[in-house]
Amino acid sequence: MGQTEDPPPSALVPCEGFAEQIETTLNGESRTVTIANPQGLHARPVMQFVDLAGQFQSRILVRKGNFAVDGKNPMEMMLLEASQGTELTLEANGPDATQAIEALAQLIENGFGER
Amino acid sequence: MEIKKGIPCSHGVAIANAVVLDSEEYRISRAHVSREDIPKELGHLARAFDASLAELDQLREATTHQLGQDTAAIFDFHSGLLTQGRLREQISGLMEQKSYSAAYAVREVLRGYQRRFQRMQDQLLRERFKDVRDIERRLLRHLCGDGGEDLAHLTESTILVAHDLTPSQSANLAHTQIVGLAMDAGGLTSHTAIVVRSLGIPAVMGLKDISTVVSGSDTVIVDGTKGLVIVRPDEEMLAEYRAEEQRMRALATDLIELRDKPAVTMDGERITLLSNIEFPYEAHTSLDKGAEGIGLYRTEFLYLRSEVEPTEEEHYQAYRSVVQAVGDGPVTIRTLDLGADKYTQSQSREPERNPFLGLRSIRYCLQNLEPFKVQLRALLRVSTEGEIRIMFPLISGLMELRQAKMAIGDAMEDLEEMGIPFRRDIPIGIMVETPAAALQIRELIRECDFLSIGTNDLIQYTLAVDRGNERVAPLYTASHPAVLRLLRDTVRIARYTGVPCSLCGEMAGEPMYVLFLLGIGLRAFSMAPNDIPEVKKIIRSTTLAHAMKVSKKTLTFETDRQVSNYLRDATRKIAPDSL
Repeated sequence: MGQTEDPPPSALVPCEGFAEQIETTLNGESRTVTIANPQGLHARPVMQFVDLAGQFQSRILVRKGNFAVDGKNPMEMMLLEASQGTELTLEANGPDATQAIEALAQLIENGFGER
Repeated sequence: MEIKKGIPCSHGVAIANAVVLDSEEYRISRAHVSREDIPKELGHLARAFDASLAELDQLREATTHQLGQDTAAIFDFHSGLLTQGRLREQISGLMEQKSYSAAYAVREVLRGYQRRFQRMQDQLLRERFKDVRDIERRLLRHLCGDGGEDLAHLTESTILVAHDLTPSQSANLAHTQIVGLAMDAGGLTSHTAIVVRSLGIPAVMGLKDISTVVSGSDTVIVDGTKGLVIVRPDEEMLAEYRAEEQRMRALATDLIELRDKPAVTMDGERITLLSNIEFPYEAHTSLDKGAEGIGLYRTEFLYLRSEVEPTEEEHYQAYRSVVQAVGDGPVTIRTLDLGADKYTQSQSREPERNPFLGLRSIRYCLQNLEPFKVQLRALLRVSTEGEIRIMFPLISGLMELRQAKMAIGDAMEDLEEMGIPFRRDIPIGIMVETPAAALQIRELIRECDFLSIGTNDLIQYTLAVDRGNERVAPLYTASHPAVLRLLRDTVRIARYTGVPCSLCGEMAGEPMYVLFLLGIGLRAFSMAPNDIPEVKKIIRSTTLAHAMKVSKKTLTFETDRQVSNYLRDATRKIAPDSL
């Protein structure tokens, strides 16, 4: 398939800026988790994730390798292509960062109730 | 630049801007709007989002009731994408940046996402591109309105890129500025392919995803000869193809000059050239290309173009318009030949397992006599207005032929009772397209006024090959010695008994078989109008004596490959440009 020239309409680009930002804030939190459920991060888990993430004030970033996406954006989360076994790093920045990371990590580690 | 390969379905080259008709037939009319109109377009966008979300809410409710929450969850996903996927920001951003219309920007952004999904490794996740496509359609429906925008309003030469075309869309291609076609679906034997071939519109089909790769206004090259579609060609490619276009135009002009010259061999034998048509307007094209009449008028479009069966009056008007267009020439009309396709399959309670050998064509008609007689009455009524002949397809035995003739007898009685005039001696004939008919031609010919050999199906049934099946398509060939023998014997018997015999399969329009067919005694060829000039050229470049030598030699070969090589050589010798 030929390479197309369109620039990606949004993120899924290597994200250095945000990482720097996160180190300079007091509430910068991060945790690495592994996708546990067999079907990976498909439509329903993605919605569960973004709905939960949306409840927190903090800015939430989900990183896979070099790519980082907005954890509250279902389109970007889908495009992460996180199948079973994929390692993701959750990062949060804001007043409720700790609770956000805790809740989201648990959701992922519980396999979104699908195991 | 992207190069996609598909099935070449109609030869020629076309270069133009594209118009994309996806499977929901949305055509975005404008890519750009003036800066003053942007606020208005943004308003349209907002309303489209609101309306889409409202619809999704309803769908979720309804689905939860009927099928439970799990199934309804997908609508949550769609709503989620619309509200939290930052789509609106991107779309409006693009609109402001590039002065795009709302519809165009929606398509740009969402197609971009679809393409990214389609590049995923994981199959399950990759399928989610359909969800994005669904959202795209939903938004576009609110922005562009329902249903297909009329292609007739195009003002410049355009290439149509589509998922698929309905019979009525194919039928309407002739009156538009469409100069090329690229389709996701379809193949060589599809209805659309037959239409574009007879219109001379280059076409490539079976491209699978071309309608998602091309955006409206993209420059596209359709190479219907090689089966290539080039999207956004670079300078070099463009120059190459423009040169090719020139060459083909020059060739076409030469062939047009042949139109008024008679189809006579160099030793004075007069050959009748007729055309195969599907729609009444093609009668004019036929005469333009030099046809003397219609050798095969396929009537199926009357049944395919709408959900309802055509009335007797609709049949009558269609036939009448052809007869009037053709004037003095003969018009042979084939009775309904549907089957092994959607029409008869959808009519039956259980789909057949082997439709090609099943209740199709004349068999279907003989088991559905009332609708059959509707067509027959219309044909009889037209018989007073010109030289009409009625032809029955797929006849495989005497009983079938006699039953069909009895149906005509019944139709004649109906008309007599109503006092409607018709020609009682209207010529009635058969298409020889089953091996059974070819092998029993001596008996059948006594009860026919004429014959026409339908090689398309005859080859399929004789060689037991489905020409539409790509895996075995190479086995389908008119060059097979078994086919050639059947042809030789059929034509010989026809000549011996003095019954007019023509050949109306695609073989008649293929330059390399002309010498053979002339040589075995065929004097009437019926083909797609565009093929007439080439065939005439070959007829005018040979003598009957030579053709007879060629056919005699051809019949000595054992394999189709030997036959093809020999015939190509022989044809090139007398008409070097032909192949």
